[in-house]
Amino acid sequence: MSAILLIEQVLNGLQFGVMLFLMAAGLTLIFGVMGLINLAHGSLYMVGAFAAAFAAAATGSFALALVAALSAAALAGVLIEVAVIRRLYDAPHLDQVLATFALILMFSEGTRWVFGSFPLYLDIPDALSGPVTLPGGIQYPLYRLALIGVGLVVAAGLWWLTQRTRLGMQIRAGKDDREMIAALGVDISKLYTLVFALGAALAGLAGALVGAIQSVQVGMGEPVLILAFVTIVIGGIGSIKGAFIGALLVGLTDTLGGIFLPLVLSVAMAPEAAAQTGAALASMLIYILMGAVLVWKPTGLFGGARPA
Amino acid sequence: MSDAVLSTHGLRKSFGALLATDGVSLDLRPGEIHAVIGPNGAGKSTLIAQICGSLVPDAGQVRLDGIDVTAASPAQRARRGLARTFQVSALAMEDSVLENVTLGATGRAGGGYGLLRRALGRGDRHDRALAAIDRVGLGGVADMPAAALSHGQRRLLEVAIALSLAPRAFVMDEPMAGLGGEGSADLTLLLDALRTEAPILLVEHDMDAVFALADRISVLVAGRVIASGRVDEVRADRQVRRAYLGDL
Amino acid sequence: MIPERLVTIGAVAGLLAVALGAWALGEIFTITLATRAAILALAATGLNIALGYGGLVSLGHAAFFGLGGYAMGILAFHAQSYTPLELGALTIEGTKSMPVIWLVAICVSALAAWVIGLLSLRTGGVYFIMITLAFGQMFYYFAISWSAYGGEDGLPIYLRNSFPGVDTLVPVQFFGLCFAALVLALLLSARLRSAPLGLALNAARQSPARVAAVGISPTRVKLVAFVISGAITGLAGALYADLNRFVSPAMFSWQLSGELIVLVILGGVGRLAGPVIGACLFVTLEHWLGGLTDFWHVWLGAILLGVVLFARGGIVGLLTGKAGPHV
Repeated sequence: MSAILLIEQVLNGLQFGVMLFLMAAGLTLIFGVMGLINLAHGSLYMVGAFAAAFAAAATGSFALALVAALSAAALAGVLIEVAVIRRLYDAPHLDQVLATFALILMFSEGTRWVFGSFPLYLDIPDALSGPVTLPGGIQYPLYRLALIGVGLVVAAGLWWLTQRTRLGMQIRAGKDDREMIAALGVDISKLYTLVFALGAALAGLAGALVGAIQSVQVGMGEPVLILAFVTIVIGGIGSIKGAFIGALLVGLTDTLGGIFLPLVLSVAMAPEAAAQTGAALASMLIYILMGAVLVWKPTGLFGGARPA
Repeated sequence: MSDAVLSTHGLRKSFGALLATDGVSLDLRPGEIHAVIGPNGAGKSTLIAQICGSLVPDAGQVRLDGIDVTAASPAQRARRGLARTFQVSALAMEDSVLENVTLGATGRAGGGYGLLRRALGRGDRHDRALAAIDRVGLGGVADMPAAALSHGQRRLLEVAIALSLAPRAFVMDEPMAGLGGEGSADLTLLLDALRTEAPILLVEHDMDAVFALADRISVLVAGRVIASGRVDEVRADRQVRRAYLGDL
Repeated sequence: MIPERLVTIGAVAGLLAVALGAWALGEIFTITLATRAAILALAATGLNIALGYGGLVSLGHAAFFGLGGYAMGILAFHAQSYTPLELGALTIEGTKSMPVIWLVAICVSALAAWVIGLLSLRTGGVYFIMITLAFGQMFYYFAISWSAYGGEDGLPIYLRNSFPGVDTLVPVQFFGLCFAALVLALLLSARLRSAPLGLALNAARQSPARVAAVGISPTRVKLVAFVISGAITGLAGALYADLNRFVSPAMFSWQLSGELIVLVILGGVGRLAGPVIGACLFVTLEHWLGGLTDFWHVWLGAILLGVVLFARGGIVGLLTGKAGPHV
């Protein structure tokens, strides 16, 4: 096991982690501010990826593809917020789960209808393709490095937005006291639509960015959605900081576990058995991590008191 | 002190910088009604939460029948015979009066997890539930869902559930809350009669009811008991008049 | 309006009548559809105990369905390949006997429900939803990466398992077994609802503080209900695997968890007949809409959205004219 392999895998884990953060940040923001559990968040990720693939095929520009992803996801977000989600803010969680599950069914089948069942491909832009040599002689794909950069920039931007701007102040106030913020003359309904659109745009961005290294297909959003749930359960629902730490933990655990668990097991077992058992156990690692956090801190690392 | 059914010893609980209860020691003796009064924010709700087990104190003890129950859960305390009523009615609103009260009669006996027998119908739990319902005067609405009851009837249902536990001690959190003059007069009569079943620790804002019912009064101000004694003693206490009763 | 008891009897009798009618007419495919409906109804009856009575929104019941399925798959696989199952020092012979397989399926899924319940009931509300969903997904990935039992491709079983005195290869006889299991589960579910545990569970959904104040631990009540619920859904998984003679990771998929909730909601949450009517409706829609268009899930989504926003009580709510329990 070489140091180069380790560093490579740590970078892979970070890249996976920051992309998870883009998903988890939107989910946790929407839950924190509006008290809504949104299963259709994965659909917005898919919408972003398809919009990017479509725009890239039409224009050949990756930058335009990203613009398309952001605007399509934000638009889809506004649309479902106004048409459906808005009626669910005060509804029981079960209604939220069901209605957003219905939205997944409609988004997925609708996309299949329009684009067919075959995956689309989105190419990495030329400027970011190929490897880059890091200090120490490590070769690492430039695009993945750029993803880490984008994720960190978005995280910093979100921190600035929530802590340093007027909108952020309203978001934080809306989280604690809806009536108070309404009494101050803020249009709460517009604020909610805006927050939802912001979360949707982040999901769409993640979908487009990840779409370039995986295939773009129907159903791509839900596995990421569930990992984002694991992330915010670990980090504490409603906390952006928790989402960030949780995302990095999940990203690193999943990536490093998948590579190193079989290696560790091969010390004690036959190589073939170690590979098999290792792969099976590695697939469970992040859930075991989640379970451990729940035993230790039932409301997550940065969660508040008991949830209502 | 040794014959106290329920007692607290130096209960302390703080939330950040706020000391909600600051060394509260009280006791409840057989056959009595012990009222706890105090202005809003004096720590009465925090005190009840610690006595009933939904809050864990930072320091101090709660004893029931001489046994330390400080670490026991609310359910364990109830099974030992501590029956509470809630300030804001906590009822199974979709369920009937009889179902709500039967739950109490079942739970005290530790039978809440049973799968084989029917919950409702004949049997001593059923009889105990019906007796409690009749005792508070809800016999006529036993089959109505709690959601269909008036506010006053819901207050009585709270008392009936507590009664169905055949408790060692009652802890009542503002049972008169939201009742009109007639309603609170009726409930005062009922509570007066209940003290022979089990003593009552009564947290109440309705001063008429408190002076009519209480054998002893403790006054809680800013998390501390500033006075405790017979009704006339407390009434005369200068500190109480200044701190709480004001110019009454 | 129709009394609820009548709706329940009507739904169960209707399912039986469809299967027997199809048998009389020689419509094998319809019998298979009815069997599928009975098995899904059984799984949803399990879920209904947690969801409808206890208000526990479990988005991970596919975990128990899949565990039941794999209990069948693994035992039958070892029986058909004449290799014992080696678990460390323990050696277990495979089996093709349904009663044994069912027992194993029930025990394994009950155990899993106990562990998952213990962890996810530490918190409530939206945490519960996400945690159950996550654990369902854990089993899904585990099944995919466990190549000894087919991994992603799943595990075919060549011959349907056997039940003493029944020829399980005859469709209507296998339907009979599934139907009997469903009726038993419904009786258990009805019994539970009127037992002290059901009374406490129902109250714990509405006011946990009330339940604790009369000496019953709301968490413990919910945990017991979750275990019973998971065990019933696990049994359904074993039957489902036998119906298809195939198990695959898809039995663990989150879509299946979602669809089970949808069944219960369409039929009527917290109502005895809810899962039965929901399952029959679902299988009918799937067959009928699926025949009209490849994209029938769009319409299922639209119907579901309509039910959630406008008809909370589901079909049973419409038939009885009474709103069911509020979850």
